[in-house]
Amino acid sequence: MPFELPKLNYAYEALEPVISKKTLEFHHDKHHAAYVNNLNNLVKGTKFENATLESIIKEAEGGIFNNGAQVWNHTFYFEQFGKDKFDLLKDSPFSDAVYRDFGSLDILKDKITTAAKTLFGSGWVWLVKKADGKLDIIQTSNAANPLRDGLKPILTCDVWEHAYYIDYQNRRPDYLENFWKIIDWEIICERY
Amino acid sequence: MSFELPKLNYAYDALEPNIDAKTMEIHHTKHHAAYTNNLNNAIKDSALVNKSIEEILTNISKHPIAVRNNGGGFYNHNLFWEIMSPNGGGQPKGDLLNAINRDFSSFDKFKELFNNAAATRFGSGWAWLVKQGDKLIVSSTPNQDNPLMDVAEVKGTPIIGLDVWEHAYYLKYQNRRPEYIEAFWNVIDWDVVSKRFA
Repeated sequence: MPFELPKLNYAYEALEPVISKKTLEFHHDKHHAAYVNNLNNLVKGTKFENATLESIIKEAEGGIFNNGAQVWNHTFYFEQFGKDKFDLLKDSPFSDAVYRDFGSLDILKDKITTAAKTLFGSGWVWLVKKADGKLDIIQTSNAANPLRDGLKPILTCDVWEHAYYIDYQNRRPDYLENFWKIIDWEIICERY
Repeated sequence: MSFELPKLNYAYDALEPNIDAKTMEIHHTKHHAAYTNNLNNAIKDSALVNKSIEEILTNISKHPIAVRNNGGGFYNHNLFWEIMSPNGGGQPKGDLLNAINRDFSSFDKFKELFNNAAATRFGSGWAWLVKQGDKLIVSSTPNQDNPLMDVAEVKGTPIIGLDVWEHAYYLKYQNRRPEYIEAFWNVIDWDVVSKRFA
């Protein structure tokens, strides 16, 4: 079975004005689609031909790793957005963990925002659940994904310039500030 | 002495339609300016304030990561603006062309290698034509690293540098990096590149 590009759960304009329709069209239909195509071409005739994305992330190197991880990363990124669901963090095991490990949701947001502002070059910032259940924030370069290090991703922020350049150009901090307005916290709670 | 953002030798719209005016303006006044400011902040109160940028980059493994990122960003963009011109394009001549033919067998073969290095650099980075002793080599580096740095895989003097960070082309070319790379050859100033080679 070849890898497939998942559809978005919302319309391209659904995240306006935080993320524009144009950005989402390029990001999903061109970038995400290209990673899927490249991956399908690269795995032909290799031991990863019928592998899961998770095992590719854990075991592959080079182009197969880069494209496989980027397929997974973008699916995970697009899935966590929803319309009009911001600030909907109900009592849950996740909210307990946020208060326990960060003190408040605002502190968590600030720490992720700082990590995303200071990541140099292309990459991702992740909220992860460690083996001991604690939450942590990490930065990864290019395609790298926390699953490789045995961490469970809960939330991610794409800071490749293609994620925000049409809408914000060099103003990455503005993208990050608005990013929080479109997070679907129900999905984040379920992931935890 | 602090480093200064250089002025461009041409107007922001001078490289149209190959590189658009909006991209040039943001690239120079925002990105390059930020690298320059951040470099100055990273070296103030240190012995590096009296060094040339080349001296700093050559020993970059001894300096903090902020100096590597911003010093590289400062130098790389200086070079990038300098080797482009509205009167650019065409082919190199003289000694540079001879060296290209010698080391890559033909100008077309060199272009193919360079285009490939630029297109396949994953994430943010630069493609380079490097002079190493008498030899020319094509390479690429991640982020704002460059061939002057002691951490670079291919070390030498950068003769051509092409910025393949998405900010260099996204407003006009979006995901089509290869089109941007092809357009770069229309604005490359071979006279300046030849002087860098000599």
